[in-house]
Amino acid sequence: MGEFFQISDLTAIAPELALTVFGLALLVFDLIVPDKRKLGYFALLGLFVSALLLFRNSDLGIVSAYGGQIVADPFAAYFKLMFLAAAALTVGLSIRYFDIEGEQHGEFYALLLFAVMGMMFMAGGTDLVTLYIGLETMAIATYILVGFLRGSARSNEAAIKYFLLGAFSSGILLYGMSLLYGISGSTNLTAIADALTRRDIADPVSMIAMATVAAGLFFKIAAVPFHQWTPDAYEGAPSPVTAFMSVAVKAASFAMMVRVFMVAIYPLRDQWVPLLVAVAVMTITLGNLAALRQTNVKRLLAYSSISHAGFVLLGLIAGNDTGMTAVALYLFVYTFMNVGTWAIVVALRRKNVIGENIDEMNGLFFRHPVAAVMMLIFMLSLAGIPPTAGFVAKYYLFSAVIETGHITVAVIAALNIAIGLYYYMRVVVAMFITEPGEETGRLALSGGVVSVLAITILLTILIGLYPDPFIEMAREATATLAF
Amino acid sequence: MEFFRTHILTIVAFLPLAGAIALLFFPKEQKMRIRLCANVIAIVSFLVSVPLFFWFDYDNSATMQFTESASWIESLGVRYSVGIDGISLLLILLTTLLGAIAILSSWESIQDRVKEYYVFLLLLQTGMLGVFVTLDFFMFYVFWEVMLVPMYFLIGIWGGPRKLYAAIKFFLYTLVGSVLLLLGILALYFQYPGIAASVPQLAADFGLDRTFDIMAFQSMAPNLPFGIQYWVFLAFFVGFAIKVPMFPFHTWLPDAHVEAPTAGSVILAGVLLKMGTYGFVRFSLPMLPEASVYFTNHMIVLSIVAIIYGALVAMMQKDMKSLVAYSSVSHMGFVMLGMFALNPNGLNGSLLQQINHGISTGALFLIVGIIYDRRHTREIAEFGGLSSIMPKYAVIFAIMTMSSIGLPMLNGFIGEFTILAGALQENLWWAVAGASGIVLGAAYMLWLYQRTMFGKLDNPKNEGLKDLNAREMATLIPLVILAFWIGIYPAPFFKALDGPVNKIVEAVRPGYFDANPIEAAIEGPRNGGLNTFESIADSGAGDLGDANGTVAALATVAEETVRPAAPFDAGRVVAVLSEASGELNEAQE
Repeated sequence: MGEFFQISDLTAIAPELALTVFGLALLVFDLIVPDKRKLGYFALLGLFVSALLLFRNSDLGIVSAYGGQIVADPFAAYFKLMFLAAAALTVGLSIRYFDIEGEQHGEFYALLLFAVMGMMFMAGGTDLVTLYIGLETMAIATYILVGFLRGSARSNEAAIKYFLLGAFSSGILLYGMSLLYGISGSTNLTAIADALTRRDIADPVSMIAMATVAAGLFFKIAAVPFHQWTPDAYEGAPSPVTAFMSVAVKAASFAMMVRVFMVAIYPLRDQWVPLLVAVAVMTITLGNLAALRQTNVKRLLAYSSISHAGFVLLGLIAGNDTGMTAVALYLFVYTFMNVGTWAIVVALRRKNVIGENIDEMNGLFFRHPVAAVMMLIFMLSLAGIPPTAGFVAKYYLFSAVIETGHITVAVIAALNIAIGLYYYMRVVVAMFITEPGEETGRLALSGGVVSVLAITILLTILIGLYPDPFIEMAREATATLAF
Repeated sequence: MEFFRTHILTIVAFLPLAGAIALLFFPKEQKMRIRLCANVIAIVSFLVSVPLFFWFDYDNSATMQFTESASWIESLGVRYSVGIDGISLLLILLTTLLGAIAILSSWESIQDRVKEYYVFLLLLQTGMLGVFVTLDFFMFYVFWEVMLVPMYFLIGIWGGPRKLYAAIKFFLYTLVGSVLLLLGILALYFQYPGIAASVPQLAADFGLDRTFDIMAFQSMAPNLPFGIQYWVFLAFFVGFAIKVPMFPFHTWLPDAHVEAPTAGSVILAGVLLKMGTYGFVRFSLPMLPEASVYFTNHMIVLSIVAIIYGALVAMMQKDMKSLVAYSSVSHMGFVMLGMFALNPNGLNGSLLQQINHGISTGALFLIVGIIYDRRHTREIAEFGGLSSIMPKYAVIFAIMTMSSIGLPMLNGFIGEFTILAGALQENLWWAVAGASGIVLGAAYMLWLYQRTMFGKLDNPKNEGLKDLNAREMATLIPLVILAFWIGIYPAPFFKALDGPVNKIVEAVRPGYFDANPIEAAIEGPRNGGLNTFESIADSGAGDLGDANGTVAALATVAEETVRPAAPFDAGRVVAVLSEASGELNEAQE
């Protein structure tokens, strides 16, 4: 471990530092630059610089910094890259969107960068305190982003709900963390694991600590029964922010969850697997069932994202190499296919058109065949139909649970694919089969949205047809996880 | 040419896809050019598949031929691997032929969204061909699912009044089955390395790494524990039985068939259903032999229920298309009955009957579609006496009706007869139940024919109906020729099937041919076994025009073929069958 701080530790957190610097600079520029769109491009530059530093760091191998509070390992790098990509795509969606909403403000981009910075600490933290600070940095920035449509009551309501429940869940999480500290006398994840192994298996304090930590994390990933905030928050938030939340915030929470579950409370695995099984099955099923009845696309996608979170939990249930690879791969794939879907939703939001009801997609194919076909591919990918990326990701999860013999869970999850397909196809039916309603003007396809669509569709198809390099990437990212 | 020969399967499978992509570049207003182009692509796709029939080595029909293999997803052990044996050969030819016919049949009936229609049909074609050519289980699954999407759109966009319901029902049913299938595949996938490690031969042939190689899975079958086989069989069963469809998973079929546009119904009945039976033959039987034997009785009971129930429901239909749709349930029950007789006769018949069903039911859907194009109704009660104004139509309809019933000299007879012979070898009552299906089949088909074609032309709306035009003839004539070909000279088809069938029987019932040397002689490739069928076909020819001929021929033949050792009372079969034929006569009146 050595000293608590060495100057070389700064290189380990260089990507985070870059984001902080750019975020602060954005706040200053906001006062000077009148055209706020330029700030968006500046934020992209910040994300790019951060990515460069990240790549530079990946040559160094596994670097532990700040006296073992932070680690820069392939796992962290993989997730950080994912956050940066998600944030860049979000910027691409935002620039035009906030023009249309009339809410173009510079601090949006600064908050986005701060949120990503927080996520990076969640992925790289090996200490409860680091993880928690990362989580709160991300969460506070996101609360504000959700309420960014200041004139909209819906957006404000969503922000308040998200904030209250988020704070509540953070409290629960913190309670669990304090118990873990009490058990082990340390906040270091490995030290906690050591302490837990020395205790009695069914020790009640360990159980309560595990249950509360789990509950707090379930809130963050929106797992049933802690999912109630999701539809409201997702619906009320500006669409690009929802896209960001559904992929990056979720992925960050999963990264933290993997660190906590697979390292700190790994000794309690026999106890938490049944818990995760129950939660995963409920999350997948209830998320899907609730999505069946939605008429608002944003709410539909919110429930769909709940169900996807349940799928990712399957990887943790399997808990072996395949399972961890599956988690990483699934979140990666989900980032692109889901942002792509949201890009279409963003494009549907035009002057005077909300574009959120499924009805408003009626006959989209007749007006914008290319956009409709892209949405079709995203829907099939979300449902898990080959040859799309979504299928490969689901396949990997299933192979993990089958390999470890969780047959019942596998069957339930597999049947849920059919339920999921039903509501995804409702969107498809509206676009391809229902006759178009009255003319509502062209889609808001700005340069940013088009680029986002191009990137996401390309990856959705590419990963579906040739997943090898991506599987390899996910495998390498999780190979060095200590468990 | 050499390139074509070595990559023929890839070309056959992906040519329709290439065509679909080419069609995307046509402006959607140029409907004529799109139609023309789609037809050319479909016909070329058929033509490039024809050399398979000639180049195929029938002496080794059990080995995979025209194989290609390349790495695809290395980290998972997935390969791009194709190859065909006699079973897939016939199914591929059926698919390319029916594909071309289906596309030609849509010339006039599809006027809306022409471009997308042909794109989806061609995509569907690639999906189905991919299923039949692949030798990698992962790849199989990909094609198996890919094909659902275009079919969904074909039903959902160009279908009848309840198209959305029918389309999603089709999609969901099949998907539920296929995800369970995927879990079954994964179970085998994870079993393989362990078994390969303990069986040197397996490791030498296919390596120790995880693989999706279908041949590897078939080779490890003898070492697969029964407990695994049991569950994997159930998973496969749901996946394939929904597709076939077997009772009680058949309820999607009438909806999908009735609502689909004519070409969709032709493909559905002609090819898609065969994917289910193909799955059983290619995967369930050889990969899970012990479980297959264990579940034989269950499968037979479901098949028999499907035969009789499908036939009875078909008889009650007021709509011509639903009638044909339910007849499919019954006929596919027949196919499954033959398959799970698990002997050479049963399997040969089952496989040939799959082709026959594609021909005759495909043709019947075309026939119904032709009359629907003219009158925009399929109500049986709306028609009557059509033979007087549509003579060509009436003749072809008659031939296909006979083919579907199983009249000697036509394809259906050969298939049904062989299936019954196979069933009889195992259990008298299986054959009796199957035969009753033939009788019922004759009843509903002849009754349908009588109500629509004979009698007086009493509905004034039917007076101006035109007979078949040249294009419609072109869609039906190839099927008529095939029906006669298989009916009169089935030898080439059996020659393709014998090898793989014997291999499967040997895999499922090891030592079968040692225990039944007589049959081995009959069923051995290229010998008297085939001649038997021909002579039967000839002897039956005298009874043409009388459906009872089938039954009579059956009874005599049953006496001839059954092994003397089998506990079998031929007299009783004759009695039962003649009683059944009496019922038929009543029904006809």
